[in-house]
Amino acid sequence: MTHAVEFQGVVRRFGSVFAVDHVDLAIEEGTFFAMLGPSGSGKTTCLRLISGFEKPDAGTVRIFGQDMGAVPPNLRHVNTVFQDYALFPHMNVRDNVAYGLMVRGVPRAARNTQAEDMLALVKLDGFADRKPGQLSGGQRQRVALARALVGQPRVLLLDEPLGALDLKLREAMQDELKALQKRLGITFVFVTHDQGEALSMADRLAVFSNGKIAQIGTPADIYDRPRTRFVADFVGSSNVLPPEMTQALGGPARWSSLRPEALHLAPAADTPLKGRVTGLRYLGAGTRLTITLPAASQVGTDLPGVEIAALVPTDQPLPEHGSEVGLKFAPSALHLMEGA
Amino acid sequence: MSFATEPQGGAQPVSHPARGPGDRLTGLFWRNPRLLTALLIAPPLIWLGVVYLGSLAALLLQSFYSIDEFSGVVVREFTLRTYGELFRPANLDIIVRTTTMAASVTLASAVLAFPIAYFAARYARGRWKAAFYLGIMLPLWSSYLVKVYAWKLILAKEGIITWAADSIGATPLLNAALALPVVGGNSLSTSYIGTFLVFVYVWLPYMILPMQAALERVPVSMLEASADLGATPRQTLRRVILPMAMPGVIAGSIFTFSLTLGDYIIPQIVGSSRLFIGQAVYQLQGTAGNIPLAAAFAVVPIVVMLVYLSLAKRQGAFDAL
Repeated sequence: MTHAVEFQGVVRRFGSVFAVDHVDLAIEEGTFFAMLGPSGSGKTTCLRLISGFEKPDAGTVRIFGQDMGAVPPNLRHVNTVFQDYALFPHMNVRDNVAYGLMVRGVPRAARNTQAEDMLALVKLDGFADRKPGQLSGGQRQRVALARALVGQPRVLLLDEPLGALDLKLREAMQDELKALQKRLGITFVFVTHDQGEALSMADRLAVFSNGKIAQIGTPADIYDRPRTRFVADFVGSSNVLPPEMTQALGGPARWSSLRPEALHLAPAADTPLKGRVTGLRYLGAGTRLTITLPAASQVGTDLPGVEIAALVPTDQPLPEHGSEVGLKFAPSALHLMEGA
Repeated sequence: MSFATEPQGGAQPVSHPARGPGDRLTGLFWRNPRLLTALLIAPPLIWLGVVYLGSLAALLLQSFYSIDEFSGVVVREFTLRTYGELFRPANLDIIVRTTTMAASVTLASAVLAFPIAYFAARYARGRWKAAFYLGIMLPLWSSYLVKVYAWKLILAKEGIITWAADSIGATPLLNAALALPVVGGNSLSTSYIGTFLVFVYVWLPYMILPMQAALERVPVSMLEASADLGATPRQTLRRVILPMAMPGVIAGSIFTFSLTLGDYIIPQIVGSSRLFIGQAVYQLQGTAGNIPLAAAFAVVPIVVMLVYLSLAKRQGAFDAL
C-alpha cells in the first residue's frame, strides 16, 4: 500500500549539524499525524522537506509513492499553513484565499465562489473584503487554513499553527482542526512542541530528538509506554526513575517511568516508599504533590533527595506540607525503558 | 521568609524626595505628558512651517503676479497671466522635455535598482551587506560637480567611451545611437542620451536605498507561501514581491523624479543646450529678472509630483503599507 508521505533514510545537514539524521517515516493516508519535539529537533525541517522548501542531502521523500526529488514546491500537491500565517498584506481575504486558484488560471468568478465557500467552512463568511491587517490572530489563522485548503491538497502541512493564539482560542481551534480533518479526510501533518496538543489531536505521532525519531506510535503508546528517557521526559510530566531506583522498587536495573497518577497515598507505616511532602500544586482536577524521598531512605537508594511526583484526585484528602506520606503503586505501572 | 512577612515600620516613606531640578522637571513632564511632546515638536514644527511652507507660500504668491513687459517691473496684482505664459510653445517644450527626462530617468533607475536592492535585501549578510552600503553610499560622499564633470569627459567625443567603442569595434553602434533623432547628437556629452546617463548615475542610490528597505520587510515565508500555493517564481515576483516593494519604489521614484525635475546643473554641463525647468528658473530669476514666471515654472514640478502620487495611490501602490 502507498503511504501519503514516506521518508527513506532522509538526511538534511546544515553545515556540520544534522537537522534530520537518517529518518525513516511513513504516514498513512487520511491520518492526523503530529510531529512533536523541542525546538531544533528537526520536526520543522521534516515538514519543509515534505513541502519542498528543503532538499534532502540523502535519502528519498515520497508523496503518494512519487519520488519528490525533482519536484519543486509549486508543483507539489501539498499545502502549508505557516507559523506566521504569511498572509499577503496587500490583498483582501478573498484574494488571499483564492491565490492558489488564481496562479493556476481559474477564472475570477469561479475562484471567488470557491474562496467564499472555503471561508464559510472556516466560519469567516462576511470577512472576504477585509485586509489581513484588520483581522485578529484567530481569524488570520482561519484565513491561512482556508487558503491552504482551497486547492484541495492531498496532504496539508501545519507548522505550529496554533502557537500564536491564546489558550482558550487554541483549545477551540484544536477541536475545530480535528473535526475538519475528519470531515475532509485529508492527511494532516502537524508540527508542534506542545505535547498536550499532539496527544489530544493526533491519530499517530512521532517524537523528534536531535534530528532523529525517538518514538513513533499512537498517543496512548507514547504516553503509557515511552521507549526512552527523552520521550518520557518530554511527552509527559512523568517520574523518570534511574536504574538504582527501579531496582529498589522491585524492577531490573534499568531506567523506568512511573506516572504521577499511578501513585496512591498510603499510611507511611504500610509501605517502604515514603517521603516528605515538599510541594503542592493545585491543578483543578487534582493536586500534584512533590514528595522528596529521604537521603537514606528505606528504598535503598543513596541518591540524596530524589523527588517524585504524585497526583491526588480532588475528592481525596490532602496531606500537609512537610508531613511524611507513604506511596503505593501497582507493579505493572512501573514501565521499563531502553537505554542507559 | 521573614523578609516578606515582617510588617514595615510605619515611618518608612514610600517615595524618595526629589534630588534636584532634574527630578522636578521629570515630575513635571510625568504629570503633563503633552508638555514634553509639545516642547519636542515645537522647534522642528516652526522650522518646517516657516522655512519650508512659508517659502513655498511666498513662491506660490509670486507666481500669481505678473511682469510689466515694458518696464520689467513686477506688478503686484493677482492674475493668471503668468501661468498662461507657461503654455506658450517654447515654455511648454521645456516642461515636456523635463518631465519626459524625469520619467525616463525614474524608470531606468527602478529597473537598474531592483536587482541590486533585491540581492542586498535577501542575500547579502554581514560583510557583503557592509560592502553593499559602502558601494551605494560612497559615490554620494564625493562632490556632485566633480562627478558630473568626470562624466562630461567620459562621454566626450575624445573620451573613454568613444575609445572603448573603437577598440572593440562598436563604433557603428555608437554612431547609430547618436544618429537617432531627438535623443542623439554630435557626441554623447552633447546629447540627451548623455544627460540621461548622468542623471541615472547620480540619482540611482536614492532609488536603491528605499527599495532595499521595502524588500527587506517582505518575509521569506511570504515567498514560500506563494510557491506553496502553486505560483511560479515569475508569478511570485509579479503578485507578491513587486506589490510589496511598491511603496519603496514610489519613495525612490519621488527622489529620482523630483531631483531630475529640479536639477539645472547636469543639463547645463552634459547635453544639448536646450533648456530644462531648473535652467529656465535660474535664467528667469537671474538675468531676465522675471520672478513671477520663474515662480510659475517652479510650481510645475510640484504639480507634476502631486499628479504622479495621486495616480500611484489610485493604482494601489500604497496597499502594502
